[in-house]
Amino acid sequence: MQRIVIAAPLVLLGLVFTSLALNYAEPQSLRPLAESYVKLVPQELGAPNVITGILLTFRAFDTLGEVAVLFMVAASVGLVLGPAGSRSGVPPAEGREKPRPASDIVRSATQILVPLISIFAAYIIMNGHISAGGGFQGGAVIASGVLLLLLAHPEQRLDLQFLSITESLAGVLFVLVGVAGLFVAGGFLDNRVLPLGQFGAFFSAGAIPLLSVLLGIKVGCELSVILDRFRP
Amino acid sequence: MSISGVVFATGLILILIGMWGALTHRNILRIIVALSLIGTGSHIVIVAIGYVRAGTAPIIDRALTMSDAPARAVDPIPSALVVTAIVIGLAVTAVMLAYAIRLYDAKKTLSIDAFTESKW
Repeated sequence: MQRIVIAAPLVLLGLVFTSLALNYAEPQSLRPLAESYVKLVPQELGAPNVITGILLTFRAFDTLGEVAVLFMVAASVGLVLGPAGSRSGVPPAEGREKPRPASDIVRSATQILVPLISIFAAYIIMNGHISAGGGFQGGAVIASGVLLLLLAHPEQRLDLQFLSITESLAGVLFVLVGVAGLFVAGGFLDNRVLPLGQFGAFFSAGAIPLLSVLLGIKVGCELSVILDRFRP
Repeated sequence: MSISGVVFATGLILILIGMWGALTHRNILRIIVALSLIGTGSHIVIVAIGYVRAGTAPIIDRALTMSDAPARAVDPIPSALVVTAIVIGLAVTAVMLAYAIRLYDAKKTLSIDAFTESKW
């Protein structure tokens, strides 16, 4: 009986998916909305990377919402798991066994890799408006470096206070840049509050590099806080 | 079948595998893995429907001039949506894992059969 209950929806959904896949036709040209984005982002926003232009100007309000979701997740993981050290069955006073130190290989590799990961993250964040990259991706790379540090030094604590202050500052600045757009340029989170500069140059595309940096810092801090909450 | 059609079908198959896993497995960690598979599958589907025949990445440089871009670039909107969806997917997985840890603390088991209080 239970098998039928499980199999029936799967088979029905499989039929829907089969018909979707069989009737799928590769589009020959862009849809009108996409075409206008591909035209408008380089011409009016001065950003060579269309996707970053969409994320940080046309749909920047959406991006702000996504960052708020990340913030809420960091807070709710903290709420569910409680402060670090409060979780295991044995109270800390009875001398829980200390976390096993990481091996030499992990520690040496961390010393070499963490600076490289940080440089790579900075490159991805700062390059977002010119080539492939952006704040979300760079922030995730920062968090992967933090994860490596946590694996190599399990006994060390992250400075959560510093992370939350940095993260809040980045969020406030992000909103302030957006509000500046209301007064100086066309609307909330318009990137033309700063000069557009030369197309394809490092300092170009108005506020997009600035927003990208703020987004990268915010995502990196939030994901690091989430990672830290999972320690026993 | 076109290349984006293959990617599209792969995403749909991943979603089905994820649903099967979430419905049949009893271990909470396996259910979380299955739910992540559903998420990954839908990301692949969304990216696949943005592909345009013989298209390239929508980044203007020497290989793709501004005037040629509308004819040769792929749809940028699905890619932009998936970038945020991946990060949010990671966050949702983190919340699920946090609940799994709490549930394990409560019953010292990860089997979903042990948690019958909220079953109707």
